[in-house]
Amino acid sequence: MLNFHLHRQQGAFTLDATLKVPARGVTALFGRSGSGKTTILRLIAGLERPDHGHLRLDGECLTGGENDIFVPAHRRRLGVVFQEPRLFPHYSVRGNLRYGMPRALTPAQRQQNQSRLHEMVTLLGIEDLLSRMPGQLSGGEARRVAIGRALLSRPRMLLLDEPLTGLDGARKQELLHYIARLAREIEIPILFVSHDTRELFAVADRLALVDNGRITASGEIGDMLSRLDLAPQTGRFEAGSLLTAEVLSHDDDWQLTRLGLGAGLSLKLARLAMPVGRRVRLRLRARDISIALETPTHTSLRNALPAVIHEIESERGHASAELVLGIAGQRVRARVDRLVCQELGLKVGLGVKALISSVALSGPDVISLDAMDDDIPVVNAAQPSAAQPNATQTNTAQAKAPNDAGSASSAS
Amino acid sequence: MLSALEWEALSLSLKVACVAVGLSLIPGFAAAWWLARREFRGKALVDGLLHLPLVLPPVVVGYLLLVTFGRNGAIGQWLARIDIVLPFTWQGAALAAAVMAFPLMVRAMRLSLEAVDPGLEAAARTLGANPLRVLFTVTMPLALPGILTGGMLAFARALSEFGATITFAANIPGETRTLPLALYTLIQTPGQEGAAARLCAIAVVIAMLSLLASEWLARRARLRMEGRDA
Repeated sequence: MLNFHLHRQQGAFTLDATLKVPARGVTALFGRSGSGKTTILRLIAGLERPDHGHLRLDGECLTGGENDIFVPAHRRRLGVVFQEPRLFPHYSVRGNLRYGMPRALTPAQRQQNQSRLHEMVTLLGIEDLLSRMPGQLSGGEARRVAIGRALLSRPRMLLLDEPLTGLDGARKQELLHYIARLAREIEIPILFVSHDTRELFAVADRLALVDNGRITASGEIGDMLSRLDLAPQTGRFEAGSLLTAEVLSHDDDWQLTRLGLGAGLSLKLARLAMPVGRRVRLRLRARDISIALETPTHTSLRNALPAVIHEIESERGHASAELVLGIAGQRVRARVDRLVCQELGLKVGLGVKALISSVALSGPDVISLDAMDDDIPVVNAAQPSAAQPNATQTNTAQAKAPNDAGSASSAS
Repeated sequence: MLSALEWEALSLSLKVACVAVGLSLIPGFAAAWWLARREFRGKALVDGLLHLPLVLPPVVVGYLLLVTFGRNGAIGQWLARIDIVLPFTWQGAALAAAVMAFPLMVRAMRLSLEAVDPGLEAAARTLGANPLRVLFTVTMPLALPGILTGGMLAFARALSEFGATITFAANIPGETRTLPLALYTLIQTPGQEGAAARLCAIAVVIAMLSLLASEWLARRARLRMEGRDA
């Protein structure tokens, strides 16, 4: 668990940020560029010193406190992945990966280091790159090495500063999946700085909004996105909600997949390339949800889920009203015309049916929470030589990471 | 092949230049690092002072050395008490050569240090490397070509030192008569034109060799950096 209050004056810019980061999962710092996200990260890492404030990790004071402590960066044991990979050009990939590893004094320790290195290399799919020099790596490969290098230094927390910037679409997708898998498999918390909503949908569990040097709100990502009062800041996320669900069954005749939302509720959408039992995160856009007072018949909308209205925000001067529904205990945002709202007599506490079009939901709206190799194939068209090891690595990773992804062994 | 006199001048020159470079490597690197990585008050002044020997007449430098390190000089009188005498000795010639070569060395090292990405040093720190380890495993290896170039430039400059040496250490055969001084003496002596030409040829060969060696070392350092397996 990390908690901090950090204050720093940089010219006309004031940074004054307070946050608690839980001991598990991915917390995202989300905000416009220039809002102070990277500075917060550098202050946490000890690369910059705050004017005042404090920072504690698992009860240990790293900054501030009674004696105005400032633990230097090299004694903080925080893994940092910067926007650029920052690999040491004079070391091979292996040398880079080993740089931060604890020194092995006994044969047993050497053995342990060796197996940790091997594990990490397999997890990141960089077996074939070990003897290459950083100058010979592609952008995506270099990022993976940088992530591996940070993790092998046995950090107590991993700080990622927009690690996907400058990558093209396919590479970005590929690395995003490595990070998402990492987030499920390693047992240390991750702080992820980003201004890309797609990245956050894929990996973040919690969201902290950064605006003008302050952290204005933080909480579970699903709650944060469904909070109507935060809409101005989360607005770059298309209004919507994140639900957790599980793949229940596939219908091969009609090419449909049934997702269970809990409490016996389910919805159908176009066939997903995921095995039954896979836990997923589902993105529902507010505009794709319609409201009915009872289950309609003779309609193309086949997903009619019982819902309770939690909140209504209906303002004069707008055509639409924002609703927050409770579906199977999860908060879901919906948007309807204000006129409809009045005509149907919608009010807080009313039970309704939420109608969701199965064609509105597509593959990219569904993100696997477990090992994620099969939903989007690892792209490696540019390097045919690397395709083979990636394929074998996919298999081992699946064998190693069943649904209980918490049992990973890479962290202490 | 070489006469006893030529050999004496040449070996003395090499000794003086090696000692001068050897002694200034660490202070030179420290000064270069300080100027490249730190911002402090009076940086421009320090920078100017360091470069002074490059623009001052060498005789002025020799004179200032004499004033400072002479038997009655500010530092010289203290050194005399522990039996260290610099003027008119080969050690004095080495000091004069070191002072004259120092700016060239610092300049080359500083340029290469400034080219080292501080982001790499920050990354090393977050990986648990203390400042000393960062210096030896990241900063110095990456600046190595510049360090070597600086060393070789200083060596060449020290070999060719004349003005400050003759002023501070005089022209004593076998003690401070380095190659340029020996050449000067031969030119002043009637009937020694042939000997002077030979010494001149030796000076050219030595200078060329040191330049080639510098290039070769720097290239080797670069290649090793790119091809090394840590």
